[in-house]
This record gives sequence, C-alpha cells and structure tokens, in this order.
Amino acid sequence: MIEDEDAAAIIPQGFATNLGNGALPALEATDGAGASRESRRWLAMVESVVIPIGALVVSLALFGIFCALAGANPFSVYHSIYRAAFGNWYSFQNTLIRAAPIMLCALCTALPMQLGLVMIGNEGAFVMGGLGAVLVGTTWTSASHMEALIAMAVAGMILGGLWIMSIGSMRLHRGVNEVIAGLLMNYIAIAILNHLVNGPMHDPSSLNKPSSFPIPDANSLGSIPGTRVQFGLVYGIVACIASWFLIKHTTFGLKARIVGGNIRAARLAGLPVGSITLIICFLGGAMAGLGGMAEVAAVQGCASASLAAGYGYAGILVAFVSRQNGLGILFVSILLGGMLASGGMLQRENHLSDAIVIVFQGIVFLTILFSESLYGRFKIFQEKTA
Amino acid sequence: MKFRSLFTASAVAASLLLSLATSRADDGKVKMGFIYVGPKDDYGYNQAHAEGCAAVRALPWVEATEEASVPETTAVQETMQDMIEQDGATVLFPTSFGYFNPYILKLATQYPKVQFFHCGGMWHEGLPNNVGSYFGYIDEAEYICGIVAAETSKSKKIGFIAAKPIPQVLRNINSYTLGAQSVVPNATVQVVFTGDWSLPVKEAEAANSLVDQGCDVLTCHVDSPKVIMITAAKRGVMCTGYHANQSALNPKGYLTGAEWNWSKIYSDYANWIRAGKSLQAGTIPHLVRGGLKDGFCKLSDYGPMVSDKTKADADAAKAKFMAGTMVIYKGPIKDNTGATVVPAGTEEAQQDINLEKMNYLVAGVIGKPN
Amino acid sequence: MNPGAITWLGVPLAITAGAIRGSSPFLYVSLGECLTEKSGKINLGLEGTLLMGAMSAYAVSYKSGLPWLGVLVAGMAGMMLGFIHAWLAQLPRVNDIAVGIAMLIFGSGFAFFLGDPYIEPMAPPLASFELGNWSGIPQIQSALKISPLLILGIVLAYALHWFFGNTRWGLYVRAAGDNPSAARAQGISVMNVRTLSIVAGSFLAGVGGAYLSLVYPGSWTRLVSSGQGLMAVALVIFARWDPRKCLYASLLFGGSQAVGPALQAAGYQSYYYLFNAAPYILTLVIMIITCSPKRHLVGAPNALGTGE
Repeated sequence: MIEDEDAAAIIPQGFATNLGNGALPALEATDGAGASRESRRWLAMVESVVIPIGALVVSLALFGIFCALAGANPFSVYHSIYRAAFGNWYSFQNTLIRAAPIMLCALCTALPMQLGLVMIGNEGAFVMGGLGAVLVGTTWTSASHMEALIAMAVAGMILGGLWIMSIGSMRLHRGVNEVIAGLLMNYIAIAILNHLVNGPMHDPSSLNKPSSFPIPDANSLGSIPGTRVQFGLVYGIVACIASWFLIKHTTFGLKARIVGGNIRAARLAGLPVGSITLIICFLGGAMAGLGGMAEVAAVQGCASASLAAGYGYAGILVAFVSRQNGLGILFVSILLGGMLASGGMLQRENHLSDAIVIVFQGIVFLTILFSESLYGRFKIFQEKTA
Repeated sequence: MKFRSLFTASAVAASLLLSLATSRADDGKVKMGFIYVGPKDDYGYNQAHAEGCAAVRALPWVEATEEASVPETTAVQETMQDMIEQDGATVLFPTSFGYFNPYILKLATQYPKVQFFHCGGMWHEGLPNNVGSYFGYIDEAEYICGIVAAETSKSKKIGFIAAKPIPQVLRNINSYTLGAQSVVPNATVQVVFTGDWSLPVKEAEAANSLVDQGCDVLTCHVDSPKVIMITAAKRGVMCTGYHANQSALNPKGYLTGAEWNWSKIYSDYANWIRAGKSLQAGTIPHLVRGGLKDGFCKLSDYGPMVSDKTKADADAAKAKFMAGTMVIYKGPIKDNTGATVVPAGTEEAQQDINLEKMNYLVAGVIGKPN
Repeated sequence: MNPGAITWLGVPLAITAGAIRGSSPFLYVSLGECLTEKSGKINLGLEGTLLMGAMSAYAVSYKSGLPWLGVLVAGMAGMMLGFIHAWLAQLPRVNDIAVGIAMLIFGSGFAFFLGDPYIEPMAPPLASFELGNWSGIPQIQSALKISPLLILGIVLAYALHWFFGNTRWGLYVRAAGDNPSAARAQGISVMNVRTLSIVAGSFLAGVGGAYLSLVYPGSWTRLVSSGQGLMAVALVIFARWDPRKCLYASLLFGGSQAVGPALQAAGYQSYYYLFNAAPYILTLVIMIITCSPKRHLVGAPNALGTGE
C-alpha cells in the first residue's frame, strides 16, 4: 500500500483487461530520487491513514443523522456503539470474536484480487472447509488432540482450496466469469451442506436442529487461553500477516503482482500464469476453508445450516475496503466485528430495529469506498514540485 | 441540524448516560432477556414470542430487553452474555431450537446463577441445573384443525407445507392427520418440505402445486405462513393457520388455526421468579409443557365455511383435551411405510418423551420423513 | 371446482405455471442489469434494489390503495439507489463491484428498516389477466393468470433489443461500454450515458421488486427476494447481454423454482435440497460448456470490469 502508491488503490487489472484496452503501469511507478522519494512515502502514509479515518468520521455523522430521523438520539447511539464494541476488554472480545472468521474469509477475495480476479466464492469455501473438518474430526476418532486438529485444518484447507481453485480453473480454462461462478458455487455449497446434514451425515440425536455428528469434545479447538475469543483469531492474524508478506516480499508475490498488472506482459515474460493463478486461488480458498474449520472445531462443534452464516459475504467487502492488503484486512475485520457487536446494544438500549446494523454497515462501507476517490486530491499530501 | 438543537441533544445524551450508569443498580425488578432468530414482525413464530415478551414487559416489576435476528451461531452466545453482563439480566429466553447446543449449555455452566429457559424440547437429566425447556403441545390444536379440515374438505386431500422434517414438525403433521382421520378415515395429507424456515417463493410454489394436485385445504409449519394463506385465498381453497390468527388473509376460506399463547407461559415464569422460585432450587420444573388445557396454545375462531356439525365435532375433541382425557397417540398406529410405530394397547400421552424424538409420518401422510 | 388430481402431469404444468408466475422479477432485474452492463459498469447491488422496490410498492399500495402507484414508487425508489451507485461507481479509483456489494447491504438494510410495519397488513395486489377461462380445468385457468407486468416485461425485452441496435441513444450506450475513449473522442459524455443507464436499470429492478410484493408471491417479507436479484445478474452473462435471451433465461429460472416443490407434491420426496439447487448447477454447467477462453464473449461490453 505504501510502496506502490500509484497503483495501490486500483484493483489489479490482469484478468479483467479485455482486448484492446491498454495495460496499467502497475509496477513501474515513476519515482523521484533520494530524499524526495522518502518524503513522498511519508506523505502517502499519512494520507492513507487520514483519509480512512476521515471517512469513518463522516460515516458516523451520516449514520447519526439517519438515527435522528428514525427517532433515536444519535449521541446515545454513538455511546452504545462505543460501549458495545470497544468500551472495555469484555466488549472488545465481542468484537474480536466476530472479526475472526471474517479475516480468513477476506483473504479468499484479497489473494485472487492480486491477479485481477474478483473471487466471491468465500461462503462456499467456508462451508466446504467446515464440512471437510467435520468429516475428518468425526471419523478419525482415535487421533490425539494435536493430530486431530492438524488433520481437520488440513482437510478444511484442502476442500476450501479446491473449491476456489475449481472456480479459478473455470476462469482460466473455460473463460467462465469468476464472479458468477463464485456466486453459483456458493449456492451449490450451501445445498450440499443442507443435503448432508439432513441426510448422509445426519446425527439422529440432533432432533430439532438437523446437524452432523459432533466432533469429540477432546478434539475441540477451543478459545485463546484466558479469553472468550475462539482460537481461529490466531489463525486469522497469522494468515493476514503471512499473506501480506507473501504478496509484498517474496518472488512469488512479485510474480502474482506482475500477472495482476498485465497478463499479456506476464505471459511474454515467460511467467507460468496458469499455475500462479491456480496456486493463488487455492491459497485463498484454503484460508476460507481454515475459517470454516475453526468455526466448527472451536465454536459450533458440528456442521449444520448455521455454518452458512454470511461470514463469506462479509469477507468480500472487507477485502475491497482494505484494498486487498493483508494488514489492512486485520483492521477492517476488527472494525466490521465492532459494528456487528454493536447491533445488539442498538436494539436493546436505543430500541432501534435489528435492521439498523445493516444500514450502519452499508453507510460505513459506501463512505469508505467513496474516500478511495480522494487519494491525491488534497494538496496538503502532495509534495510541492518545483 | 441547528446548533441549538445539537446542544439540547447533547444535554439529553449526557443525562441519558447518567441514567444508564445508575440503571444497573438492583431495584428488585425481574430482569428478563428475550432472543429471537428472525425479525420481530414476521407475522409468525418470532412475532408470537415478541407478543409474549410485550405482555410480561407490561408488568411494572418486570424489565425486559429484546434482541431480534440473532443467528444460531456464536452470535447468540454473545447476545446472552451481553444481556447478563451489560443489562444485568438474570432470566433468559432464547427462543430458537438451534440456540441450545452448544451455546446455551456453554454459558449455563459459566453463569450458574442465571436461569436459561429454552423454547424446545431438549433439557434432560445431566444437563446444567440452571437450564430449563418449555414448549406448548400445539399439536393438540393441530389435531382439532385436522378434524375441521377433513370434514370441510371436498376432495379429502389436505396439503401441508413444512420447512424441515424435524420431530416438532413431524409431530404437527401426524397429529393433524390423526385428527383428520378420526372423522374421515380415508383423508390424506400430502406434505411438501421446502427445506428452510422462510422461503416465500418456494412456499408459494408448493402451495400452487398442492392445489394443482387436488388438495383443497392448505396448512403449514413454516416461520411466516402469510404467503401460503394468501396463495390459498388466490386459488380459492381453504386453509388452517399456524402461529397466529391469519383469518384476515383468507376471510372466506380460513377454517381455524393453531395459535401460540406465549404470554401465558412468560407470565407464569415471571410470577414464579418474583416469588423467589428457581430452577436451581428445584422449585421451577425443568420441563414446562402445556397444551390447550394449560392455555399454552389456542384455536382461532371458526371461519364461515365451517358447518355446525363440524364445530360440534371439533368442540367435542377440544372438551376432551380440556378435561385431560384425550390421547392422540394411542396404538395401534402404523407409519406410512407400514411399520408399527405405536403398538396396539400402548398409549403415548403428551408428556411421553418418545414423541419428542418422532421420526416417522403416520399412514395417510404422503411424504418421507427424511 | 374439479377436485381431480393430475399427479405426474402436474410437474410440467407446475414448471410452466412457475415460469409464468415467477419469471418477472428475474426478467426486470436482468433487463436492468443488461442495460447497465452494456454501458460498461456492473451493478451487483440490484438485490438490494429489488428489496427496496418490493417494500416501497407494498407500503404505497397499502397506504394509498393504488397498486399501480406502488409500482411507480418502487421504480422511483430504485432510481434513488441507482443514482447513488452511478455516482460512486464512476468516481476515479472506486471499484463498481465493491460499490455494488455495499449498495446491496445498504439497500436491503434500508428496506428492512422501513418495511417492518408492512409485513402484517394486506395491501391491494395488482390484478392479472385471466387468459385461461377457455379451459374447464382449474389448474390451467390458474396457470394462465398473466400479470400485465409480465407482458410489459416481454415487450420491454424486445424493445430494449431494438433500442440497442437501431437508435442513436442505443449506440451511445454501446459505445460507452465497448470503447469509452473512442466515445469520448466522438463527444459523447460517457459519464452521463452511464449514469442514465444505471438509473434506468435500477428503475426496472425496482419494478421487479413491485412484482414480488404485489403479484407473486404477493406479500412483503424480508426474505421475499431470496437471492433472485443476484441470480438475475448471473443471468445476464448467461444470456450474453442480449435482452431477448434474458427473457428466455428468466422463464427458465422462473420455471426451475417450481421443480423441487412440484416433484414433492407429485410424490417424489428425496433430494429436495439438491433439486432446489438445480438452477444453479444447470447455469454453471451451461456456462462451462458454452464459454471459451480463446474468444471474446459475443456481446460482452469491452470496458466491463476494467475500471475505465
């Protein structure tokens, strides 16, 4: 985000580039030299902090107006949001609990976006990952705690990874639009989930809520010691940092970004576009699958219709808003977690409809997306050129 | 917004914050929290509970908070904990089946002083002592709806649109069918499972298909029956309602309906708790069940198409329920594959735990339970 | 009435009837999206527009007693959301897909927030033409109840096709979508053309919402659209940006909604989750077969998804 400030805000165009349209100068940003470059970097960094924060303030003001029109006191609404999401360690844990699965799902969109693919099959990969983990966790009962956790994570990652990789492959080999394929694959994954938990995987003792057989308690992933936050948060944080490192600081990441910058140029340069695409898609899907595994192994304990709770869709938006940057995803997921955590308090204290939290998310995300257009528009962040 | 009103607004805000800070003090009120899986105004399952909550909230010594659209994920655990920690709730009513395991069970061990009352049929010996289950035997009302439907139907074919083949749904279908067959032995009930609790287009398609197949009475077990009632009216067929009184949606063809009366249950609980009773002390039973007799559910008024004879038959059955002498599941009962599910000479009374594990559809129902 | 059952014949009948009853929302949203995408932008938020249309149509019809006024207001509510999308999605560096998803959230949240009081009351529905009265069979009479909105939609599909091919404005839209820089060189305001296309497309999606709440299934609830707006976006690509094919695909999707329930009503009870997913599987399979990585999709606007 800081290095290639000229290209960062725009989603890479690789796959999106249609015939006849010029490629973007993604990586060949024109630099000045020496000290001037340093100060430019610094200004860009300040800009990339000030603009989102400004957007957040504006969106809170807009939301306050909305609440006032709806008959609630905006200041009491703000207080509720603060108290419910960030007010103390208890409520901050609420926020983190909600942020954990979203982080991993966001990577499922953010990684393929490096190639210019808009991958929205997160929900499906999350569900498949959860199913894979349950399948392994309930059949391999002789495993030790550590073995079971590793096996479940691997199963979830493989299933989620293959799920997204198949979408990438449809795009690569058959030219099927990945947005539509992702959408359809989500519906298909949910249908498979419902079919399995009501049919072949159904635990007859799960009477009024059809579920799979439970993962033995001994193999539960549980919470981070000393907190209420499910262990998936650790996976999420590690995965976000690792993804950031992979994309920004490795040769493979550089190659992926070159594909994202201009797919024809990448081909001409002899890069294996096909395998890079499939690997990135697999990695993205594996992250969402890991999220699904953490959800069943740490929280739900079995697979049921609740596995498709919308974390995947939330992840898409987080990936866009954080400009597909691994570190950005960390913060935006926590922000969204906070918004979700405040929904209850808005209902209970301000007597607003439960839909208010959806409106809130809509306003915040629209404002942040609007703020993308402001980069480079404020003179104060531009270096004076002689 | 003008500056002056902004100023007053912040003054109000400040005083509100102060009052929030003090409201946590113990004022001897019974503090209850209600949690719903869908919106409060769904004209169905959740609305029925929200109306129950509104009834207890009207009591001056009750303080009730509500949260709607809480999914059956870790979100409900957070909501319950928030109600306990942030609102000081000591009694919780999470009203959806899927909240129970693992969410309620986990929190119950963590907060042994709080009482968790779950709507459904799941508590058994060995589970935490501060968890209880309550439910209404609404299948008693469905039995009577079945009588009315079968006698009024011309084709003797009834269409039943259901969400999922879970025990509570199967029990309603079976009781409805047994009621129908008690007066018209050859009546059949055709079931369509839509797969989820609220799918308006699928429900409308199912209703149309059933009418096309010759059903002239429709009923359902989904979260919001409105679409099915409207479709029945459009197709000129009859219907019996569920969850609430839907007679306004099909004024000509609405026969009767099975309605919840949660306000009765919730006020019972409120009174017990005010009197110092608790689950932990064993003074509130862990399983609270009741049917027509106990006022946990009721019937809608009969519609214009119900004949006097049918009213008399239905009222006779209702009188037996009120007297406590009616047993719906009295052997021999066969399921629709021919297997005996309740042997001759056996009676499974309403409280029988077997009925809460139901996994069959009785003979006369066209459909598969899984 | 004839109480006779029609058993297995009921399945094809139900699918036909389902296509007639259930295809209009797909049709309106896909025509709206087709117009939007032809101009070079994507609007993934039409699911929210559909919900907003459904809610406002029902509310207005209930308050005023005039269902057609509800249809008009639904379209205008759609336009309002369309303006926001058109403005944000054309800002520099802002991605239209991201705005679409955010608009989906905003639109549905707004509709839910305002719509709660209208879930219980009955609004006057939109009347239908009864074209089946020649038949003595009630099943056919009911299947052939055709809403004027469906007829309008069919006319619109062909009109839109003609519009793209034969009018100056149609040419502007295609130019904005295929080669915006050339269009600019010709003096066409790409910005204005796209804004108009997005707003008009959103109007259509709003009308599609009115069909949901005033015709079929004929009631306002939060889940009334259950993803139809998103599927309609898929349908446009499936239909290769041809409004006439949007019509055929909409009929197919509408009919496929009836498959699961109709099979069960006829006595076939297994695998209904998978049958309910049939339209999605079918679409995906057809797309895998008919797409090709080698050639550019016929009809696809060149500038789509490029941010230009």
